[in-house]
Amino acid sequence: MRWLLLKDLQILRRSPLQLTLLILYPVVIALLVGFAMTRDGEQTTVALYNAMPADSPLGFGGEEVDGDEIRDQLCDRVDCLSADSVEDATKMVESGEATAAVILPEDLGEKILSLASLNPQSPEVQVVVNGSNTVESEVTDDRIEAMLSEANLLLAKRLSEAANQYLDLILEGGEFSLFGQELEVLGLQKSEQILKRLENKVPAGTDREELQRAIRFAGLATDNLDLAGPLLTAITQPIKADKIEVGDEAPSLDTFAIGVTTIFALMFVTVLLVAGSLALEKEENAFTRLTAGLVTRLQILLAKVGLGTVVGFGVAVILLVGLGLFVGIEWGRAPLWLLAILFGAAAFSAGGAALGAAAREVRAATLAAVMICLPVALLSLVPDDAVGPAIETVISVVSAAFPFKPALDALTSGLEISGSSVWLNYLHLAVLAAAYSALARVALRRF
Amino acid sequence: MGRLCRATSHKFLSVESQVSGPALRARGVSKAFGGRQALEGVDFEVGPGEVVALIGPNGAGKTTLLSILAGIAEPDSGEVDGNGVAWVPQQAALYRRLSVRENLLLFARLQHDAGQTNDPPGQMVDRMLELTGLGERAGDRVGTLSGGNQQRVNIAIGLMAEPAVLLLDEPSVGLDPGQRERLWDFVLGLVGTGTAVAFSTHDIQEAERYAERIVVVAEGEGIFSGTADELRQAVDTGSGDLESSFLAFLREHGH
Repeated sequence: MRWLLLKDLQILRRSPLQLTLLILYPVVIALLVGFAMTRDGEQTTVALYNAMPADSPLGFGGEEVDGDEIRDQLCDRVDCLSADSVEDATKMVESGEATAAVILPEDLGEKILSLASLNPQSPEVQVVVNGSNTVESEVTDDRIEAMLSEANLLLAKRLSEAANQYLDLILEGGEFSLFGQELEVLGLQKSEQILKRLENKVPAGTDREELQRAIRFAGLATDNLDLAGPLLTAITQPIKADKIEVGDEAPSLDTFAIGVTTIFALMFVTVLLVAGSLALEKEENAFTRLTAGLVTRLQILLAKVGLGTVVGFGVAVILLVGLGLFVGIEWGRAPLWLLAILFGAAAFSAGGAALGAAAREVRAATLAAVMICLPVALLSLVPDDAVGPAIETVISVVSAAFPFKPALDALTSGLEISGSSVWLNYLHLAVLAAAYSALARVALRRF
Repeated sequence: MGRLCRATSHKFLSVESQVSGPALRARGVSKAFGGRQALEGVDFEVGPGEVVALIGPNGAGKTTLLSILAGIAEPDSGEVDGNGVAWVPQQAALYRRLSVRENLLLFARLQHDAGQTNDPPGQMVDRMLELTGLGERAGDRVGTLSGGNQQRVNIAIGLMAEPAVLLLDEPSVGLDPGQRERLWDFVLGLVGTGTAVAFSTHDIQEAERYAERIVVVAEGEGIFSGTADELRQAVDTGSGDLESSFLAFLREHGH
């Protein structure tokens, strides 16, 4: 069997294109994905044109909000580029310099101020997005929504604080500025105290009863308006999320991305290589000669699985080490993720052998490998809650019957998550390797 | 050379060798693929140092018979006795991206590991390179060789373990006359050392020129075994042309 493996490696070495691809592929993928992952933290660029007057802060009672504060709030989750005009902002979006533009109209301040009046108007900002890219447009919508939520939250807090000040004035009394004049407000608490003092001086009768009614109202109003302050504050953020995670521990997004990249590469390299290599034995008429008393079909099969495992393992390790230059990989956990790659490579190789044995022709084997691997792998990435129960069951069965999902789970567990599930994933892959090898052996009977 | 007996039964071919016993013998071999009967009770023998040609129409069962004689295919019934049988397929069974030496070395190693020979693989390769006259092309990839040279490597692999019997399936297909002559010089050289050779062919002239005996197979049955002259005598065409006699013989037997 070792001579068969050596022969396949010699043949591989004799194909400059194949050899170059096997070396360059993981390096290029590692560079591309690595750079993409390191740029992941960068924010969306948004062009901002502020037409509001610079020297007119918005006052809510004693609270003020100026244009810079609104801008800072808007730009908290995005990178803002200042635009000189609406046209300038629109051009930035069209040229791709900015993914969206936010225009603060001149009357925005007045409309925001009107929220604290008896005649509130609806403040609006203009948003310009580039609709030619569906995915980017969706992402931009989310970012803009987040921007506006931040700004709305700021205004709601300021309005709430202003309203609290008015409530305090009504409750406790104090000075109040109106149209440039300072006015004194008595307040409900002081009113109650004054009324109580007067109560004993008023003789019993109708006037005293009226006075007692006014005292009861003042007391009741004081007690209840005390609750209004906290209520107004709560309105600005009525629901807070307290996230509790249950079920299996999920890998981080970085680990998941590393896992998907590595297992995709492992899958394509091993399945295509083994399926093509086995079919080539038939095309070059060598299979019959080999099995004419020299080696058994099982030995040929094991040599092919060995070839795929060795080459796939090498490619995946190069890719993973390359990615490790960009993102943090725990080298201390290397035995776990190396085992995951090894078991995954063996399972994919056995699957490739089954395909090659069934196809018996290199082109057919290659085509079948791509047509089966790609959709099954993508299906394995569909979240459970994105489909109905029936489809979810189908996806679970397909994912379990193909090495992609268990290999991905094994690798992400090996990279990040502790626990016993990684050993179950190894076992799962070992079972798949044995099952696909058995299928390949059956197919080789009529090879 | 062997005494060649004309077959009197449609299903029985008997060939006796003047040497002690046949190098390869098959008795009552039958084989069906699905509902089609590829071979029906065929007997066959070849002795050491003999050259036997298998001729017959397409689909007659020649390749199936050779495959069963080589042990590659199992017969449904009947038995085959013979040791040291090497089979050379019709199409070169070689790795085109490997060199001549690497191809020879691979099969030498496998034959050595399989216990077919005790000779060191490197020594077997050198011997075959010398025998085939391909020593100068040893480092060339097989895919760059001419069809004739590929066939020489193909045959060399079959001969490396010095088999007692060499089975060749249409060995000269695709070769020009010069290549064909060199190929047969090579094969007949082996025959001179005692190797028994059985080959299938569609070329009647090739069968007459190189084989001492001709076996006619048609629709899975062995219907003639004898010399070329005996085949001519079996039917009277008046021309003396072996191909005409062969076709007339087939027609006479309903094929």
